[in-house]
Amino acid sequence: MSKMSRLGQQLYDGSVSIDFVGRRVLWYSISAVIIAIALAGLLFKGLNLGIEFEGGTEYRVSMPSGQANQQNVEKIRDAVASSGIDAASSPVVNTSGDTNIRVQTEPLTNDQAAQLEQVIRETAGVKADDLSEQAIGATWGQQVADRALLGLGVFLVLVVLFIWAYFREWKMSVGGLVALFHDVIITVGVYALSGFEVTPATVTGVLTILGFSLYDTVVVFDKVRENTHNLARTRKTYREAANLAINQTLVRSINTSIVALLPVGALLYVGVFTLGSGALKDLALALFVGMAAGLYSSIFIATPLVVQLKEREPGVRAGDARAIRHHNAKQADRFADVPAFTEDMPVYDEPGSGARTAAPRGGVEPQVDDAEPAPPARPVRAPRSTAGERPASRAVSPSASAKRAQPQRKPRSQRGKR
Amino acid sequence: MAKKASRPGRRLIVFALLIAALYGGVAIGGVWKPKLGLDLQGGTRITLEASTATGDAITPEKLAEARDIIDQRVNGQGVAEAEVAVQGSRNIVVEIPGKTRKDLVDSVKQTAQLRFRLVAAMAPGRPSQQPSASPSPSASGASGSPSAKASGTGEKATAPSTAPSASPKGRAISGGLLAADQKKKNKGATATPAPSAAPSALPSAAPSANAPSQKGAPVDQPLQWMDNPGEEWLKKFAAFTCPEPGKPVPPVVDRKDQPLVTCDSAGMKYLLSASVIEGTQLTRAEAGIPQNEFTWVVDLSFNSEGRTTFADVTRQIANATSPLTGQQKQFAIVLDGTVISAPVVDQPIPNGQAVIRGDFSQTEAQTLANSLKYGALPLTFTVPVVSEEGPTLAADQLSAGLWAGAIGLLLVIIYCLFYYRGLGLVVVASLAVAGVITYGVVLAMSQAVNFTLTLPGIAGLIVGVGITADSFIVYFERIRDEMRDGKSMRVAVESGWVRARNTCLAADTVSLLAAVVLYIFAIGVVKGFAFALGISTVIDLAVFFMFTKPMVTWLARFPFFNTGHKMSGLSPEAIGIDRISGGRRPSVAGGKA
Repeated sequence: MSKMSRLGQQLYDGSVSIDFVGRRVLWYSISAVIIAIALAGLLFKGLNLGIEFEGGTEYRVSMPSGQANQQNVEKIRDAVASSGIDAASSPVVNTSGDTNIRVQTEPLTNDQAAQLEQVIRETAGVKADDLSEQAIGATWGQQVADRALLGLGVFLVLVVLFIWAYFREWKMSVGGLVALFHDVIITVGVYALSGFEVTPATVTGVLTILGFSLYDTVVVFDKVRENTHNLARTRKTYREAANLAINQTLVRSINTSIVALLPVGALLYVGVFTLGSGALKDLALALFVGMAAGLYSSIFIATPLVVQLKEREPGVRAGDARAIRHHNAKQADRFADVPAFTEDMPVYDEPGSGARTAAPRGGVEPQVDDAEPAPPARPVRAPRSTAGERPASRAVSPSASAKRAQPQRKPRSQRGKR
Repeated sequence: MAKKASRPGRRLIVFALLIAALYGGVAIGGVWKPKLGLDLQGGTRITLEASTATGDAITPEKLAEARDIIDQRVNGQGVAEAEVAVQGSRNIVVEIPGKTRKDLVDSVKQTAQLRFRLVAAMAPGRPSQQPSASPSPSASGASGSPSAKASGTGEKATAPSTAPSASPKGRAISGGLLAADQKKKNKGATATPAPSAAPSALPSAAPSANAPSQKGAPVDQPLQWMDNPGEEWLKKFAAFTCPEPGKPVPPVVDRKDQPLVTCDSAGMKYLLSASVIEGTQLTRAEAGIPQNEFTWVVDLSFNSEGRTTFADVTRQIANATSPLTGQQKQFAIVLDGTVISAPVVDQPIPNGQAVIRGDFSQTEAQTLANSLKYGALPLTFTVPVVSEEGPTLAADQLSAGLWAGAIGLLLVIIYCLFYYRGLGLVVVASLAVAGVITYGVVLAMSQAVNFTLTLPGIAGLIVGVGITADSFIVYFERIRDEMRDGKSMRVAVESGWVRARNTCLAADTVSLLAAVVLYIFAIGVVKGFAFALGISTVIDLAVFFMFTKPMVTWLARFPFFNTGHKMSGLSPEAIGIDRISGGRRPSVAGGKA
């Protein structure tokens, strides 16, 4: 646990950083492959549309535990097939869970349905209470899907507007939307590949993913916005700031996903193994896949895409160029940040005392390895300003603990430089 | 430190009061179990979809009217607590809890069809009437047999009354039908119409009526046919019996181009011609009291086509006597195959403005007017889904859903305790509070807006647990981040809150947006899910603001937390820094600084 915590800290201050944004080609390719597989599954295998989309009558028989076996399935299939009703001449009968048997036929009239119900009840030896029947017209699923599509359209428009309004940035809307479609395609693809039935409950699940995927994206974007809010002061490129944001929210993302996936996993388990069929199973699979995809896409797709879009802006470009200049200048004098030794220098500086030093944490000396020029002396993380605090001008820098700006003296080597 | 935040107690108390108020409200209702959907308690659900095939616009008003008549139909059949609701823009959902009732499907899906037909013959439709295959159940035959158990028709039935008199429910009484401008109180209900009083000659084809031929007049000429229905139909009529009063009228096939044998609610049976006027030709039907009168009447208006036909028909049957039965000719208004009114005509009505009179009470008049209006509705319905859930299976699903919820919740709690240690307790407490509120809200909702808990609804609540827990994670991670920046715990709790609050508000808005849009646009299972998801999102926000935050603020006062005890979840080790600022130093520093 402590390692994980340490990692959280390192991710936070940027000492351990996964380059999510920089390696976007890799993530894009991975997603492209997954989406290609999903689409291929969709194209060649097709969705296993449930009875709601094709029309028909479905019976579910609740059997005593253990009785929902192949033997009884055969018995019921024979009885139904020989019932003399044309539409029921080739029924689909299978077990679902270990206490249910499911019988599906083509659409029946009411009288036929009642007749068949009688047949099934007698064959299975169950009471009327143990039998469920669903007669569904072929248009029903279509209607549910149509309404869902309409809802989807409205939702997308609203959410694009909302993200735009909240972040003041339409590019984030774009990033969110792309991530959204990414998730939905993957989820639908999983349905095609797994052969799970697509029912109105599945449609519900897919629609819920929309909300969840965006929820996750919004949380990450919020951090991105916070980090890129004052790039001039933090002297980071947009890309660095965004990447740091992802790293900083990574622990949250992982925790959130675990916490959200645990209950959905329980739903899925109960749906598959206890109930065997029905709304819970269809819903839970869609949610499970969609939530996982939503987590992935908000980190690997949405944010890199936003960075890509933002980097085209002249303002951001100029800022990045400044940051790089600053960076290079620092690298030219890489000991600039190391305090000169004085007699009364403490062993290590108090964190938060306002001293702008690269005091090592944990007593480790800053590793300045001449053989390895790439990482310069770790850039000092600018203290974050609490909300409502005014970012300080250059001469003084804010200190979170003092709650107001403190004057401070720069190291000699830095005096006069900017 | 901010003064505002230093009073967590107040918020907690307010919140506790709100919860108390919620449960107080529920206690007034006195129902402590949520209403369960059919998939959780068993029953029959019939979804009706308005057909667009007729080319008529489906408006919410029309749907609402259709809902009312279906409601009347279902609940009129003695089914307790059937719910009939409009769903989406084209659907009406009928939910009948308890035992599955397949027999209702037919009667529910039957389209509300109103037709005006001519009466060829009528008689008390009780079984006591020996089903002698008398080819001509004459009026004398009808009056001759005592009405016996036919309590509904009462004493008037003994007379060959032209109007089926007051039914026990008082429904669909017809006193007579008069021209709108005629003020004279109709006495049509009295018997002995004078045959001679028929000024307009009967159609020349009719006179042979007293000796009905084998074949009868062609069915597509209702006026001739009513005088000469033919033996085939008369036999059917004679063999027909009406059910006991109060029992549902068995569904009859009501085809507009075919004659019909049916009953009214008072137990009279009728032999009716093919339809002469369709309900769609009726433009208006209203109950009211005309000026200078004291009794309720029902006003009717027809469109131009209906007006012409109506004028023609009334001209021919006004004050005419049926050669078949010797009674005054009358026509019948048939709704869904049941006669709701059978008025006689006093005089021709050329202008399409008719008034039905009778000893109506206000309700009776309005019911009749409504029935006429409904019948005039052009909405026809198809039945896309009939689902019958066996109670055993339903109970299985309920327990499975609850198990899933319990397991999921337990896993979340274990994970949070493991990862956040002391703060995990806050998560557990918050989830518990959220659970209590959710249950209260579900109870309140099922009383206030008839919310029923369905399986997808349970799933929505379970998914809501994930969303709720996410708020805490965002917040706690924020607190840790602030502490990593070197803030003390007490400061971090406040400064982290500001950012976490905004993040959660934004994210929850998206979630809520999804739920609301789904709820508005979706139908079927999607709707219940969206509702539950929306509820749990709102509850999440309430708990987060009113409980979790004050709780953490309060806990921040305890050294256990603000010095970063090992088990608090905020120890230096857990956060990954070396020392918690602000709190007491590790004992080596000596004393309180």
